Amino acid sequence: MNCEKQLAMLKRIQEMEFVAVELNLYLDTHPCDEDAINDYNCAVDALCKLKKEYEEEYGPLMNFGFSYSDKPWQWIESPWPWEM
Amino acid sequence: MRVSCPDVKFAKMVITQYGGPDGELSASLRYLNQRYSMPFNKAKALLTDIGTEELAHMEMIAALVYKLIQGADCEDFKAAGWEGQYVQHDHGLFWTDANGVPWTAKYIAALGDPITDLTEDMAAEQKARTTYEHLIECTDDPCVKDTLRFLWEREVVHFQRFGEMLNEVNEYMGKCHIWNGHKFEKK
Ligand SMILES: [Fe+2]
Repeated sequence: MNCEKQLAMLKRIQEMEFVAVELNLYLDTHPCDEDAINDYNCAVDALCKLKKEYEEEYGPLMNFGFSYSDKPWQWIESPWPWEM
Repeated sequence: MRVSCPDVKFAKMVITQYGGPDGELSASLRYLNQRYSMPFNKAKALLTDIGTEELAHMEMIAALVYKLIQGADCEDFKAAGWEGQYVQHDHGLFWTDANGVPWTAKYIAALGDPITDLTEDMAAEQKARTTYEHLIECTDDPCVKDTLRFLWEREVVHFQRFGEMLNEVNEYMGKCHIWNGHKFEKK
């Protein structure tokens, strides 16, 4: 894949997903840390926004009912992670 | 996921984090399998979440191996001493360790006792950390080093989280519960 803008958008999504994963694991063992829950919810907001922007331009990030598809079926057009 | 240039010799080493004893497949299956017999929700959640993260790491290692052997032909595999891979799998991935030993369920323990299993998980994270340290030493490619350092750091975080969970299970038992073989009971 050689589209710089698409790669840059994916990178921002991956960065925010990493924030969410890290906070998720931390909260599993510190479930009463309200600051961390606020941070986690901020990450969820940011991720929703980033994914919506990405999917409107480049098609679904997830299949199995998580995202809509244009016609023809867009899922099979997705760049695969090992080809990026 | 980037590599500066293909390196079949290093692919042969890093494959152990795909299908070796302390690799990402072993880690993922170990945690996703042990979660059923955990005593409370927190522990079930932690094993579910770390097990899922490890699956993503397995995909990262797969992509790394795939890129390290990109464009390599029979002669490249021979030069790297990995002709067995070429003969049996070509550019297909296969779960083995760095010595070609195929993945086996024997790499995974599940005793059904949360203290035993969480202790095993902590040891597994340390073994993965050490393996990543050996691998980082074995490559000069800065892109590959970056990827391996990221994965190395995740093992440190997982060890920390498992340690916190083990302390909680210990506390829970110390307070008012005993483990009677398959469930906690009030003392
Ligand atoms: Fe780990």
